[in-house]
Parts: sequence; structure tokens; C-alpha cells
Amino acid sequence: MFENLSERLSGVFDKLTKQGALSEDDVKTALREVRIALLEADVSLPVARDFVKAVQDKATGQSVTKSVTPGQQVVKIVHDELEHILTGDQDPGALKIDNPPAPILMVGLQGSGKTTTTAKLAKRLKEREGKRVLMASLDTNRPAAMEQLAILGVQIGVDTLPIVKGEDPVAIAKRAKTQASLGGYDVYMLDTAGRLHIDQELIAQAAAVRDVANPRETLLVVDGLTGQDAVNVAQEFDDKIGVTGVVLTRMDGDGRGGAALSMRAITGKPIRFVGLGEKMDAIETFEPKRIAGRILGMGDIVALVERA
Amino acid sequence: GRFFGREKKTVVRRTLDDDMLEQLEELLITADMGVDTALRVTANMAEGRLGKKLSVAEIKELMAQEITRIMDGVARPMPLYAHKPQVVLVVGVNGSGKTTTIGKLASQFKAAGKKVVIAAGDTFRAAAVEQLQVWGDRAGVPVLTAPEGSDPASLAFDAMEKAQQDGADLLMIDTAGRLQNRSDLMEELSKIVRVIRKKDPDAPHNTLLVLDATTGQNALQQVKVFQELADVSGLVMTKLDGTAKGGVLVALADKFGLPIHAIGVGEQIDDLAPFDPEDFANALVGLDR
Ligand SMILES: Nc1nc2c(ncn2[C@@H]2O[C@H](COP(=O)(O)OP(=O)(O)OP(=O)(O)O)[C@@H](O)[C@H]2O)c(=O)[nH]1
Ligand SMILES: Nc1nc2c(ncn2[C@@H]2O[C@H](COP(=O)(O)OP(=O)(O)OP(=O)(O)O)[C@@H](O)[C@H]2O)c(=O)[nH]1
Ligand SMILES: [Mg+2]
Ligand SMILES: [Mg+2]
Repeated sequence: MFENLSERLSGVFDKLTKQGALSEDDVKTALREVRIALLEADVSLPVARDFVKAVQDKATGQSVTKSVTPGQQVVKIVHDELEHILTGDQDPGALKIDNPPAPILMVGLQGSGKTTTTAKLAKRLKEREGKRVLMASLDTNRPAAMEQLAILGVQIGVDTLPIVKGEDPVAIAKRAKTQASLGGYDVYMLDTAGRLHIDQELIAQAAAVRDVANPRETLLVVDGLTGQDAVNVAQEFDDKIGVTGVVLTRMDGDGRGGAALSMRAITGKPIRFVGLGEKMDAIETFEPKRIAGRILGMGDIVALVERA
Repeated sequence: GRFFGREKKTVVRRTLDDDMLEQLEELLITADMGVDTALRVTANMAEGRLGKKLSVAEIKELMAQEITRIMDGVARPMPLYAHKPQVVLVVGVNGSGKTTTIGKLASQFKAAGKKVVIAAGDTFRAAAVEQLQVWGDRAGVPVLTAPEGSDPASLAFDAMEKAQQDGADLLMIDTAGRLQNRSDLMEELSKIVRVIRKKDPDAPHNTLLVLDATTGQNALQQVKVFQELADVSGLVMTKLDGTAKGGVLVALADKFGLPIHAIGVGEQIDDLAPFDPEDFANALVGLDR
């Protein structure tokens, strides 16, 4: 539906093909198009703005490789910077699940994919790392949320904490902790009810759960189709609850995934996994390069410039 | 002015120039309106006003008026027909709020004196049926179910028969969430529609696409594909109780012109409101009233 960046840039650079180095003006013109491409890919405006500023400095004065056009060159620089931000400075490593039973807290907006992701990760930990996992639903809010997790538990062969009606989320978290210790589990995962980042009461409740469980990982589960609101969500959840990583769901869709950049830039926290479907195996570790190409809608040009 | 102005704080007026227009554009973009539509809205607004000195309130007012104008034509409640049963098919991507919206709508129609039946057409997701049953209880409306993993089209067929027998006014059919680029799942949806039409060629009378307000520009693609494959007749946007402004609705109104029937503003049964263009526009530009 949208023009990708190379289409946007080709017009701009038609007249510049002879130049040997990117002038400040060339770069400025090109970056206007980059900014639009990012916004159309749902990168949040403040993030897009900072990004363009960073690229401006890097690109100006760079010499243009003979076999590519200035437009292609800019795309490559933009792509590398995207990849750089998405990757971050530190290797996030594996999930911190030492000191059994290690608690993992799952939080996020309504319908973002927390319950599904909880089960997917539990299955992964069980199958790939041979961990004994206990899952507990703290969702006393949404109809049949606890049953949903219980059914998934049976499907993937992972235990769930027995449902006790009328218990509040903090009490369930305590029971999960006890059960995980007594039962000799390596990991216990706390799936929480969806909540808005501006819902003070529910955010306070999630903070209370955090204080009881002391999670080794707090994963913010975010819909990969999220638009400009990604910055608000990331900021508030990180400020009020503290997140250690992000999971982007619905990346099997045809969204451009700009939320990935927004999340990464705003929280500085690593994106750990991407959800790629509804099935229990549909989860992969985050690949910055792939997402960078997707945000720009142009993996091919990047490869071209890399070869040149 | 001159006589009353002295006590008041001076209102800062700024010239409506390119710089200012760019700022306004950005405000609209952060509301998910998309670059193209934001440009169009600000351009319309500026027409004949460039160089004028306006206060912030006046500018926001103008922008809200422009958005209201675009949205006025699409603000329409879901039409009710005398035909029995009126079949309402509810579709959308995963987690957008379909099941919850059905619960809320069922409650409203019931309160309006309609006899409503719900069919639990999401036979895929874990506990989707149980979730809908709770909503049926809350709304005081029966829920027809089939076992997990069974064919949703055959459930829809059975539900049509049952609703006809019972003389129901409305049959609301929930469906599993599906991303619009999954052609197999979109084909499953087309099959549901085909099967419904075997019982009643005019059904479904309404096909509601439920959109999540936090969704960005992908909503355009969702509407395009769902309209092509499932003949969408109207939109509902959920989760407008958050900080997402749902500005993509303006782009959608512009491009597709589909009616917007209602908005979701919370998780409770009464948290469904009619779509009000003026309220929506005011919230979008950040005008308090
Ligand atoms: N296509 C796709 N669907 C997903 C993905 N992850 C989750 N879903 C679906 O999204 C919907 C919502 O998922 P849930 O796991 O119930 O979301 P949640 O965050 O627990 O929802 P609440 O508890 O209501 O806040 C379900 O239909 C899931 O099957 C994904 O990566 N891709
Ligand atoms: N804050 C808020 N939450 C909502 C609204 N509508 C639905 N939700 C929540 O969003 C989540 C998903 O809603 P569902 O009705 O299960 O969505 P669905 O489209 O049926 O999901 P799938 O069947 O899994 O595709 C639930 O936690 C709902 O309570 C709304 O208007 N505002
Ligand atoms: Mg859940
Ligand atoms: Mg549902």
C-alpha cells in the first residue's frame, strides 16, 4: 500500500547521479523521505525525528561507491543505523532463569498476546533447555483467561497453577512462588491481565505483583502492529513496573513493524522474541537485521550496496 | 478585545505559516492519521488562512472542525432490519476485541427489546467459547457452541437454523481472530459467509470489522483485505479508552467511507459508545471540552 523508501528516493536522487560524495543538502533532501518512510512504517514521531538527526551526521560527506546511486547509498546508511539501534550495545544473552525457581512476569496492554506468548515461551524453555516450568494466570479480570492458560498448558505439557476462584493477583503470585519452590520447578511464569498503561489502579496492582515475585525477567508483550502509541506504552510500563525485555507479537502479519524501533529507542531494553503466529511453536528470537529491512521495506537494496 | 481584554491573560497568537502547518501535521501523525491524510487535513485547514494570526485554541478548533467534517458522513449506528434473523458477522485480526464487542452489543440489543442469539464461531483459540459464554451470561443471551477444533462454517449453519427456529431478531456470530495476509484463514472466513448464504442469500446483513485503536497504518490493509474477502459493512474501533487516538479512522473514512458504528471505551459491558465525530475530533487534536 505504501511506497517503499527506494521508490521515494529514486526521484530525489535522479539529478545527483554524478556526484562523488553526499553533500549536506543531498542528505537533507533524502532524509525528508526517510522520515516519511519511517512514519508510514509506524515508527513513533519522536523516535523517527531522533533517528533522522543521527543519520544526518553520519551520512554527510560519505563518498558514494561507484556502482550504486546516492539514493542506494543513503538507504544503506539508514539501514545500518536502524540495525545498530535495534541491536543495541550489549548482547541481551539468554533469559535469566538461574536460581530456580526463576520468576518471569508477563505484562502488556489488553489483547497484545501475553497468554499465548507465556505458553510459547514455556514450551520453548521446556523443549530447548529441559526446564521444568510452572505457569500461573493472574488474570482475574478477563472472562475465561485462566481457562485459556490452563488449556494451553495441557496442549504443551506444561503444568499450570490450579485455579482458585476469588483469589486476587498478588495472592496468586504468592501461591505460584510457593508452589514453584515446593514443586522443584526451574521457572515460574506469571501471566497477567491486560492493562492500560494509564490505568493507575491496575498498574499499581502489577507493581505489587512484581514486589512479591521479584521477577528475573519482566517481559512487555507488544502487538507488532502498534502505531504511534508504542512510545507511551513502553515508557509507562518501564517507568511504573520496569521491564527487562520486549516481545513483539503478530509479526506474521504484513505490518512494517516500526513499533520495534520505537520500543527499542524509548526503553533501551532488548527485544527478545517475535511472535509469528497463533501456534505454540510460532516464536523466534529477535533478528535486528530482518526487522530493519522490513521497516524500510527493502532488504534487496541493502544487499546490493553491501556487495558493491 | 478592547474593553474586556485587559483582565484576561494575553492570548498568544501565531502566524499560520509553513512552520506551523508542519507542527500541526506532526500532531496528527502522532495520532496515527498517517502522513498523507495529515497533509491533506492541514492543507484544507490552511486554505485561505495562510498568514493569519491565530491562537492555539483557534487552530485546534479549526483542525477539529475539518476532521469532524470528514467523519460526519461515516458516523452511523449499526442499522437494524425487520428481517428475522438479522445476521451480524464479527471479524477482525487477533485480539482486536471481537468477542468483547459482541458481548457489549448483545447487551445493548437485548436492552432495546431484541431477541438475540450468539454463535461461538471461534472454535480455534483456547477458551474462546468459555469467554463468549461468560459474555452471553452477562448479557442474558443464549450462546450456541461447537467443540474446539470443529468447522466454524458448520457451526454458523447450525446457528442459522436455530436462530430461524427460535424466531430470534438477531444472530451474532463471533469468529476467530485472523491476520488479513493469511489467505488460508481468509478463505475459511469466505466459506463461513458462503454457508450462511445457503440459509439466507441476504445474510450476513452486517459484517463488522473490529479494529484496535492502538494499531497503526496496518489498519488500512486490514480494512482493504477484509472488505474484499468478507464484504465488511461497518467498523467498530475498540480500546479508545487508552492514549491511542485512532487517527487512522480518518484515513479510513477518506479511503473507504465505511460507516463507523461504535467505539469500545473499556472492558465492561457498558463500555461501548456510539461514534461521535465531534468528540472524536476534539480528542484527536487535544481539545478539552
Ligand atoms: N497471528 C498471531 N496471533 C497471535 C500472536 N500472538 C498471539 N496471537 C493471538 O492474539 C490473540 C490474543 O492473544 P492472547 O494471548 O489472548 O492475548 P493477551 O495479551 O493474553 O490478552 P488479554 O489477556 O485479553 O489482555 C489470540 O487470538 C492469539 O491467538 C502472534 O504472534 N501472531
Ligand atoms: N481497554 C479496553 N480493552 C478492551 C476493549 N475491548 C476489548 N478489550 C480487551 O481486549 C482484550 C481482547 O479482547 P477480545 O474480545 O478477547 O478480542 P478478540 O478480538 O475476540 O480476540 P481473539 O478472539 O483472540 O482474536 C480483552 O482483554 C478485552 O477485555 C476496549 O474497548 N477497551
Ligand atoms: Mg491473557
Ligand atoms: Mg475472540
